[in-house]
Amino acid sequence: MYQYDTYDQRFIGERVAQYQDQVRRRLAGQLSEDEFRPLRLMNGLYLQLHAYMLRIAIPYGTLSSRQLRRLAYIARRWDRGFGHFTTRTNIQFHWIKLEETPDILASLAEVEMHSIQTSGNSFRNTTADPFAGVAVDEIEDPRPYCEIIRQWATLHPEFSFLPRKFKIALSGAPNDRAAIKIHDIGLYLRRNAEGEVGFEVLVGGGLGRTPILAQTIRPFIAKRDILSYLEAILRIYNQYGRRDNLFKARIKILVQSLGIDRMREEVEVEWAAMDHAALALPEEAIAEMARFFPAPDPTPAPADDEAFRAVLEAECGFARWVEQNVAPHKVPGHAIVTVSLKEPGVTPGDCTAEQMELVADLADRYGFGEIRLTHEQNLVLPQIRRIDLPVVWRSLKEARLATANVALASAIIACPGLDYCGLATARSIPVAQRLAIALAPREREIGDLQIKISGCINACGHHHVGHIGLLGVDKNGEEFYQITLGGSADENAALGTIVGPAVKSDEVVNSVDKIVDVYLKLRQEGEQLPETYRRVGNKPFKDVLYAAH
Amino acid sequence: MAETDVSHLVTGNRLRDGVPVYRTVDGGWSPAIDDARLVSAEASETLLAESQDGPPPLPVVAPYLIEARRVKGKVRPLTLRESIRAFGPTI
Repeated sequence: MYQYDTYDQRFIGERVAQYQDQVRRRLAGQLSEDEFRPLRLMNGLYLQLHAYMLRIAIPYGTLSSRQLRRLAYIARRWDRGFGHFTTRTNIQFHWIKLEETPDILASLAEVEMHSIQTSGNSFRNTTADPFAGVAVDEIEDPRPYCEIIRQWATLHPEFSFLPRKFKIALSGAPNDRAAIKIHDIGLYLRRNAEGEVGFEVLVGGGLGRTPILAQTIRPFIAKRDILSYLEAILRIYNQYGRRDNLFKARIKILVQSLGIDRMREEVEVEWAAMDHAALALPEEAIAEMARFFPAPDPTPAPADDEAFRAVLEAECGFARWVEQNVAPHKVPGHAIVTVSLKEPGVTPGDCTAEQMELVADLADRYGFGEIRLTHEQNLVLPQIRRIDLPVVWRSLKEARLATANVALASAIIACPGLDYCGLATARSIPVAQRLAIALAPREREIGDLQIKISGCINACGHHHVGHIGLLGVDKNGEEFYQITLGGSADENAALGTIVGPAVKSDEVVNSVDKIVDVYLKLRQEGEQLPETYRRVGNKPFKDVLYAAH
Repeated sequence: MAETDVSHLVTGNRLRDGVPVYRTVDGGWSPAIDDARLVSAEASETLLAESQDGPPPLPVVAPYLIEARRVKGKVRPLTLRESIRAFGPTI
């Protein structure tokens, strides 16, 4: 993975020192809250319901074991022994003291981490396919481009006052595991008719109160030109994006109002006028960055051995876990392991310090010291030999990290909701817990089912693109949940549609149960819920859901 | 005020650690909502103004008014959000 050079390290060190002084002046009364607030937010520090919350960037969801151990240390020393992994592949600590934050940032800097640009109207953490570099369906590893974009986007002087926050995601594979189409800019690595690899560029996606899927603005652009093309898009957004209305400030609103064709024209004119050479990515620069992300050893390993087969036969839990949580690796005999942070009844995405340390140990012992995060709030060990899977599974199981539920009903995405978040209007976590417990016994029968819950319209829980989406709303002081059906976040992304009136909190489990019953009754071979929903329409679900109303 | 009447109190988050605190009868701040000074709607703005007064830094970030009731001697906020702030996450 990328390693800081002396410039990076010096910059982060200077930034920590600057922040230390800002906190000192705030606590001494030399800075008012109005003056300090933007400064702390630039460093990812929010003030929430119970304490300060520190959001730390995990660039394109890639962590070393050393970094994960440091997050465990921070959880134990400065928080309450756990952290919360988010849909932006960040980690949030929810019980932070302002007076201790300079020490936390200094500690992060020691392991090449920071919290810069995890808030505010800036480029946020660039996200990527969590299987990048090891996926069997990959055209090319997107991580070098993620890092190049991260460096381009960090403290970019021209874009330090964007109309609103800006999120970029990359996938090197056609099967989208990075929710590309819900991003301000989404990039797929593609191969054109001549066999050249470049990018398909999508623009204008986002969720929140106005959910819109990104559209292709350019079907193919050469790799050498990707930065200048991104810069052209950002220039158009920076010029025409609405700063007069917070709710219309995202680029999706600009694309919607101009139309994708006019947006394309504007960007192309801007791009044509730019000095491409200044931002060109020569092959050597790409190759130099790619050296930080070496391809896995191509030597095949055995697909199994006697011990593996014995465990597979004796332990149905292991067999289920292999089936559900283990994905093929591009090198035969290796595997990609998803570590579920979704045991039914726990807070989705939460991870204790001890669990982080265990995963770091397993990464060191069996997985080249590498860990990934998914936007579905799970961890990934991307390079495990298949014959090591039994021992990895046993260790994860002891730590309650081996629930075989990836992509199943109990693996719910949920934002922190009203239990922590100052923006939330309803709770997400208790609803997720109740639903996961209720659906887990029959989730294998149900098959792939993505349930996503947001505690407010900002949609951090991605409810719009859940097969079943739940949005918590406050109605005269009571929590209600609006249900959407038919969404998905993959390469066939779709926005869910509202099935009917919102239901009370204590009716959510029963309502989702009824929806699942209808789906199981009506689905055809190979269909997931969005496909069934599109085929049969809203009525069968609505009829059952509101039969007693 | 009768025990069932809606009262007002001032709350905010403590500057140094972000902990929710409540304005007390003696003009200080307590993390226990039961220590809060409850006042009528008419007196609430005065209480808020007092809470915002003092040399910098104020020990509390952005104090504000909320509604609450005293029930069997215990102070109970009227909204779920403020209950969660006062008593912690529900999970």
